[in-house]
Amino acid sequence: MSQPIRLKDHEKDARTVRSRVVVGAAAILVLICVLIARLYFLQVIQYEYHSTLSENNRVHVQPIPPTRGLIFDRNGVVVADNRPSFSLSMTRERSGDWRQVLDTIVEVLELSDEDRQLFERRMKQGRRPFEPVPILFELNEEQIARVAVNQFRLPGVEVVAQLVRHYPQGAHFAHSVGYVGRINEKELKTLDPVDYSGTHHIGKTGIERFYEPELHGTVGYEEVETNARGRVLRVLKRTDPKPGKDIVLSLDIKLQEAAEEALGGRRGAIVAMDPRTGEVLAMVSQPSFDPNLFVTGIGFQAYADLRDSIDRPLFNRVLRGLYPPGSTIKPAVAIAGLDSGVINAGSRVFDPGFYQLPNYDHKYRNWNRTGDGWVDLDTAIMRSNDTYFYDLAHKLGIDKLDSYMGQFGIGQKVSLDMFEESPGLMPSREWKRKTRRQAWFPGETLILGIGQGYMQATPLQLAQATALVANKGKWNRPRLARTIEGAPPVDENPMPDIVLRNPSDWGKVTHGMEMVMQGARGTARKAAIGAKYRIAGKSGTAQVVAIRQGEKYDRSKVQERHRDHALFVGFAPADNPRIVVSVMVENGESGSGVAAPVVRQIMDAWLLGPDGQLKPEYASAAGAEITALEE
Amino acid sequence: MRRRATFLQRIHVDGPLLILLLTLAAGSLFVLYSASGKNWDLLIKQATSFGLGLVSMFVIAQLEPRFMARWVPLAYVAGVILLVVVDVMGHNAMGATRWINIPGVIRFQPSEFMKIIMPATIAWYLAKRTLPPTLKHVAASLALIGIPFVLIVRQPDLGTSLLILASGAFVLFMAGLRWRWILSVLAAAVPVAVAMWFFIMHDYQKQRILTFLDPESDPLGTGWNIIQSKAAIGSGGVFGKGWLLGTQSHLDFLPESHTDFIIAVLGEEFGLVGICALLLIYLLLIGRGLVITAQAQTLYGKLLAGSLTMTFFVYVFVNIGMVSGLLPVVGVPLPFISYGGTSLVTLLSAFGVLMSIHTHRKWIAQV
Repeated sequence: MSQPIRLKDHEKDARTVRSRVVVGAAAILVLICVLIARLYFLQVIQYEYHSTLSENNRVHVQPIPPTRGLIFDRNGVVVADNRPSFSLSMTRERSGDWRQVLDTIVEVLELSDEDRQLFERRMKQGRRPFEPVPILFELNEEQIARVAVNQFRLPGVEVVAQLVRHYPQGAHFAHSVGYVGRINEKELKTLDPVDYSGTHHIGKTGIERFYEPELHGTVGYEEVETNARGRVLRVLKRTDPKPGKDIVLSLDIKLQEAAEEALGGRRGAIVAMDPRTGEVLAMVSQPSFDPNLFVTGIGFQAYADLRDSIDRPLFNRVLRGLYPPGSTIKPAVAIAGLDSGVINAGSRVFDPGFYQLPNYDHKYRNWNRTGDGWVDLDTAIMRSNDTYFYDLAHKLGIDKLDSYMGQFGIGQKVSLDMFEESPGLMPSREWKRKTRRQAWFPGETLILGIGQGYMQATPLQLAQATALVANKGKWNRPRLARTIEGAPPVDENPMPDIVLRNPSDWGKVTHGMEMVMQGARGTARKAAIGAKYRIAGKSGTAQVVAIRQGEKYDRSKVQERHRDHALFVGFAPADNPRIVVSVMVENGESGSGVAAPVVRQIMDAWLLGPDGQLKPEYASAAGAEITALEE
Repeated sequence: MRRRATFLQRIHVDGPLLILLLTLAAGSLFVLYSASGKNWDLLIKQATSFGLGLVSMFVIAQLEPRFMARWVPLAYVAGVILLVVVDVMGHNAMGATRWINIPGVIRFQPSEFMKIIMPATIAWYLAKRTLPPTLKHVAASLALIGIPFVLIVRQPDLGTSLLILASGAFVLFMAGLRWRWILSVLAAAVPVAVAMWFFIMHDYQKQRILTFLDPESDPLGTGWNIIQSKAAIGSGGVFGKGWLLGTQSHLDFLPESHTDFIIAVLGEEFGLVGICALLLIYLLLIGRGLVITAQAQTLYGKLLAGSLTMTFFVYVFVNIGMVSGLLPVVGVPLPFISYGGTSLVTLLSAFGVLMSIHTHRKWIAQV
């Protein structure tokens, strides 16, 4: 079938287009009339209104910053609140020659040249035209009076009352709650300019930073009419800001103080947490600092002192301090050995005081040079026998070891809401090939078995690995926030629980850890004397300076700062774990001698009532049953 | 009787258009001087861009429409490729996603280029078919419009992409797209939008659209500009405050006073009379464009000239509507008045196309 040939009808096409031109022209005329009508409305009908606004007065939109959410400890003690404070602010557009006005301010308040430079820097950060920029905070009565008296010389300058963050607990929570500080140029670029238009401070570290979106709230605004000198004549429209959410921490101020006391002025880190929930009960990094210094801008010299101090008070040892976990990793390594089937609870290893790989000369030493003889798992944990764990690590091999340690959170961030956390390091063949361009050596696996070598973990990670043993593999990410406006924080990225082929393996390792404390030859038995509950624990030593083969560790020769760090992890009550504690004492040398008593003191503070007895709610499940039966 | 071609016709320049464009240029510099806070550097740059645009217009006017039509498909493909390149580079380099930039050689926005190529492509495609276009040809045209549209939306540049969409759609309209279809698309859009609002969109997306439609609900963000520009225009009254005497714009109340919001300066300083005068010049330009459309001899010329003229009007309408608070803020400059070299050159090139269509006709005496 042939299609009819369509010829183009030019005359018809021209007619079509012409009719559309007419339609288009009509539409254009109508729309132009709409525009003119709109302009007539604005310029003729509303002329009075707009010209009043623009000629004699000015319309301003003033942001009203939201009140920052408060932070409480788990008992409702205020950890961070907002206090009214007077600050001096300046509106550049109203000040005429604003640099000269700055000179006058410096003269009136008798300030230094350094202050003036600071003011100038702050003025240059002004954002919106006609927005007052705060240049000096926390004015005292006298300064306010001086400004008032000299007001005529200070156009565009006013004293404004604002709410400023305050930390009543001072240094106690500097490393967990963190602090807010003035918004800097870099942050300004990433912030929502509308939401932060009235806000001058932002969370810089810790909880303040992690929960910034929740704590900040939503900005409100006021459309106000002001006169030419900037005085507000009336409010045309107001939308209230939405205050930020309050946060209740899982931290307990009393336990925090007890933990700091237990550390007794030494440098170090402590984490105490509830293994059932991951709630962190105390978090200490000593020495600490006063976060209030940072809120309104710390002086250059004061900051330099903090930054350059040899004690490093600004350094968050709990979250960023990386230490070889030493023997504290042994319980986790034991679980790996049991679960993968390379050992069982009855397997024995003979310890002559060292371990040698077949065909190698190198002797891997036990800490006890004379050797412990035949050692089984229980004894190996109790005595912290290195030879047993060299052997175990060798049998496991790096790949399995790496995989199990990963499940325990070593080499990754474990927390739910701690901003600064460092992931630490769990080495693997892959890692070594990438970073060192070298193959993996069997000897490196051995020393990983006793937590030395490339492995590095934070005190928080050690606490979490211990909590996993206490909690029989159930993962709860450690968290500082208990509730945010009543709701618990949600774990967006949950870790899979550690599921063992034989769950009773948990008990075997826990028993070994109990023997550390309560066994006749337990390495930390002294720390458990007189305890009203059973403790499971493990000591460790993190080497600061490597010791060469054949060299003996001589404490008198090693400078104080080069001494080993003392580590201890533990949980209690052993059969019903309610608290996990991880302690690192910098240059404390002995895990069982120095760090274990600290752990004991913290456990006592948490578990014992005022009568010195175990609080009834922490009594073991079995014990509770017995009491019930007796009744 | 056959009249002799005038000098202007021989050099392919349309007199009325040229006069109107020069008037606008002079007016633009006047307003810009005030809006920029008496910034001579800016003024010289704008004048240079205008000169460059005139050269571009003159060169394009020399090209025969037939010649241009032959190269249009190739230019379209090249334009799409450049947009893809911008898309890929932009995602690698973060930011500056609108520009092709070969340092020292050339730096331009492919999306500007598409503003002319887009309607030309659709006109080229439809001119070879019978009018009004069948469903198949409409679908093909929509596909041709859709590709660059999506690429430019992704930049993201909503204003430009909508203008390019409009320029393609106007060709279809000029080609006599059936009213039935236009109406049924509009009729279908309403329930689809309602359904999306209630069933698909999240709250924050709804909020964003609400702010977009009603900027004054967000007085610290885009609403700030609108509140201030309305006050500026409104306070101008019928005759304005006088040149350089606008207070709103001079006290930095008005952001972007020399680019997208320049009409507010004009409104404040020259009043309703000033804006109406500007609108009159625009109307004359558009009228001349429509005359050229009606008189074009080839269907290609008719469709292209019609679309370019209508799109030009959309520029004017969207910009003034946006600044006076009638339309959402989409970032469309006011043609010839707003500061900005790229848009000037593109606009003048488009008028070059109009001149080419008009002055290359075979029997000019029929005017």
